[in-house]
Amino acid sequence: MWSLANPTRFMALSGRLLPWLGFAAALVLAAGLSLAWFLAPADYQQGETVRIMFLHVPAAWLALFFYLVMAVSAVGTLAWRHPLADVSQKAAVPIGAALTLICLVTGALWGRPMWGAYWVWDARLTSMLVLFLMYCGILALWRTIEEPSRAARAVSILTLIGVVNLPVIKFSVDWWNTLHQPASVLRLGGPTIHPSMLYPLLVMALGFALLGLTLHLAGMRTEVLSRRVRTLAILEAERLDRQAA
Amino acid sequence: MDLGPHAFFIVASYATTALILAALIFKAVLDHRAQVRALAELEARGVTRRSQDASADLRPQPSALHVPGSG
Repeated sequence: MWSLANPTRFMALSGRLLPWLGFAAALVLAAGLSLAWFLAPADYQQGETVRIMFLHVPAAWLALFFYLVMAVSAVGTLAWRHPLADVSQKAAVPIGAALTLICLVTGALWGRPMWGAYWVWDARLTSMLVLFLMYCGILALWRTIEEPSRAARAVSILTLIGVVNLPVIKFSVDWWNTLHQPASVLRLGGPTIHPSMLYPLLVMALGFALLGLTLHLAGMRTEVLSRRVRTLAILEAERLDRQAA
Repeated sequence: MDLGPHAFFIVASYATTALILAALIFKAVLDHRAQVRALAELEARGVTRRSQDASADLRPQPSALHVPGSG
């Protein structure tokens, strides 16, 4: 496993894997959307608006998952200084930010007809907004520090501080009285959703996960290339400097 | 399919998600192409690495030089 994390091997392996992953993501998302629209029934209370759940919940799960990916990569950067760890961190940021944005927007569009408001300063909603702001801050920090390995160390520290927010998001509905409903899939007593809605939801979550993984691998490949470009540009500048001297 | 009185909210959710994901994919493709093009240009100018090992690119580099478009 450790040898696969060698950048040269990673580029070769991910190049072969990427088209298949992209194809699988498209296939599973198409299947998930068909199930969500044509198999899952309307909810007895929420009616057709329950179909927003098939986007909102997978986006929320994966927004948290990609933050965890960043946190694990941050440990890899700080503890082992592994060359691919900070590449993985950087590639995960826009994906996590986009998924958090999807979660917030679809949540607002679901909240308006169900709660009568697009937004309330509820613990779950506010902690998700904090997650989005964390992603934006991390994205900004990557762009602020020019040297990638220095940026990675600073970002790692910020990322690990932000991990505190993950249990707050997960348990906010249990710790405080919130308008947001409590956990109905990932809970100790098992899911409380009827299988006719649960299975389409799980297929959509798998589709989102495959798409996220595809984009993450693609982002990592781009970042490896970008650092190769940087190395070559520095070598060229050094050569021109020597010639001028 | 009749989406009932809240059709706007359902359609807007799916449209926004599609738009955000499309933008994410589009940006990923553009970034990758830009780096491939930049690498090809440098290699065409005869710039080569001291080592052909890709991990050499990920080691810390001097920060004094700014390389436009390299992230």
